[in-house]
Amino acid sequence: MTSDRRGKALTAALMIAPFVITYLTVFAYPVYKMFALSFTDAPLIGEGRWVGFDNYLKLINQKLFFTSAWNTGYFVVLTVVPNTLIGLGLALMVVRLRGWLQSLVLVLFFLPYILPVSVVTQIWEWVLDQQFGIAQYVIELFTGKRISVFRDPIWAMPMVALVTVWWTNGFNLLLFIAGLRNIPADYYEAATLDGATRWQCFQRITWPLIWPVTALVLTLQLILQLKIFDQVYLMTEGGPFNSTYVLLQLVYREAFRLNHGGLGSAVAVFLFLIIVTVSVLQYQLLRVRGR
Amino acid sequence: MQRKSVGNILLLVLTLCIACMWTFPLYWAVVTSIKPEQEVVTKTTFIPDVFNFSAYYFALFETNLSAWYVNSLVTSITVTVVVILISVMCAYALSQIVFPGRRLLYGIILASFMVPSQALVVSQFVLMYRFGLINTWGGIILPQLIVPVVVIVYKQFFDSVPNELREAAKLDGCGDFQILFRLYLPLNWGITTALAIITYIMAWNAFLWPFLVTNSEDMMTVTVGITQVDDAFGVKYARDMAVAILAAMPVALAYLLFQKRVTQALMLSSGIKG
Repeated sequence: MTSDRRGKALTAALMIAPFVITYLTVFAYPVYKMFALSFTDAPLIGEGRWVGFDNYLKLINQKLFFTSAWNTGYFVVLTVVPNTLIGLGLALMVVRLRGWLQSLVLVLFFLPYILPVSVVTQIWEWVLDQQFGIAQYVIELFTGKRISVFRDPIWAMPMVALVTVWWTNGFNLLLFIAGLRNIPADYYEAATLDGATRWQCFQRITWPLIWPVTALVLTLQLILQLKIFDQVYLMTEGGPFNSTYVLLQLVYREAFRLNHGGLGSAVAVFLFLIIVTVSVLQYQLLRVRGR
Repeated sequence: MQRKSVGNILLLVLTLCIACMWTFPLYWAVVTSIKPEQEVVTKTTFIPDVFNFSAYYFALFETNLSAWYVNSLVTSITVTVVVILISVMCAYALSQIVFPGRRLLYGIILASFMVPSQALVVSQFVLMYRFGLINTWGGIILPQLIVPVVVIVYKQFFDSVPNELREAAKLDGCGDFQILFRLYLPLNWGITTALAIITYIMAWNAFLWPFLVTNSEDMMTVTVGITQVDDAFGVKYARDMAVAILAAMPVALAYLLFQKRVTQALMLSSGIKG
């Protein structure tokens, strides 16, 4: 019995070893190292001295840190709720379609989601180009003039948000469609027999029953959008006048551009803590829902 | 109980209109890519009158695209194979074998789900530098190998395989490795395909890490490399669009061929049973 147990433990050890070793090396150690570096004045490559909370104090006194935190928050506000509501709206429309038409429309909405971020930004830079961009006709219609949207401090962030919504909405749409399909059709039939209007059906049946999916999408979106970097870096590089500078970009700037590994790590720790907090809250929320 | 009414038809038309608008940027990119470069900026035609593939010719033969393709294919396929392999073994052990520290390990993996890998880039870069892997395939691949959700999904599936199967195989003298690769993996082939495709798409699309770890143009992946074309040759939109379309092809095709699997994998990894 003991040897059987030992044999089992040995097999288990062999099976988990590749994952666990990789995990410890490229995941767990970097988490530790991120915290450790944030308390030193290390450059990107090389040793540093222990400086306690100096990096964090520097951050609090750095204007760009507040700008980045603010802009990240602004981006989150511009994307999370709109992206969720648009996903729900589109899903309500798409589920009404039948057969091949539904599959086709679903593919059309979902396709952007699987594109690489740089492909998305290249396409939109062309669509929004000040001189020749096709979207300038629309912008001209509303504002009366052509606007170089990524060079305008007022337009830049909302446009990055718009592109992000276009890019990532397919995922939300999928989750909502799955959720809507789980609502039994008899509920609607019964309600219709009772003379309920479409709006009443939505208010009394769809909205409460889809709420768990809505909550899931909202939290997933929040976590995803806090990590914004790729799109702003590719479309605006944080400009104009830092109006689209975000937290992850500050990590990049401090660590990789200015060679302040320690300070960059401190920003990373800040972002890490925010996201872990949100994730823990999400986990609690979903667990409560599961009961 | 479909209500046939003007309202329904209007809603259908509205849906189709929105779908067309949503897809328009993609359509526009394709149309632009097959126009001659001067025509792109001189006239706005929605349906091209001639098919001109010079932009594609340029993208394929005058840029480093082929090298980026090789880098992307090698790294994303390796990431996919290794992620599936190490995760499936770990998940099998967690699901089927009683060993000390099992619950702790699973708890740690569940918790890792919450860690944003983007926050780790600085320390991962330092680590890869120590390993001498900056600007190499290995450097691109290594930090992408831990995908906790793959382990979690596999474990859930293995938990639901009837225990009798494993007992019967045991009696026939099969070891756990055999049971995993001959029985459990084939039984869950569908989910393996789904997880593999989504891992491949994510690896192909990865931007931040490959962007940080490569600094010479010939080591870049497609996703990073295509952002260099402008800098090197100035803005030429037909070229840009041709390059973008070629860059997106491998993932777009993977999605179109395996739609159901992609959907399933996304549902599973966000906690909805697909």
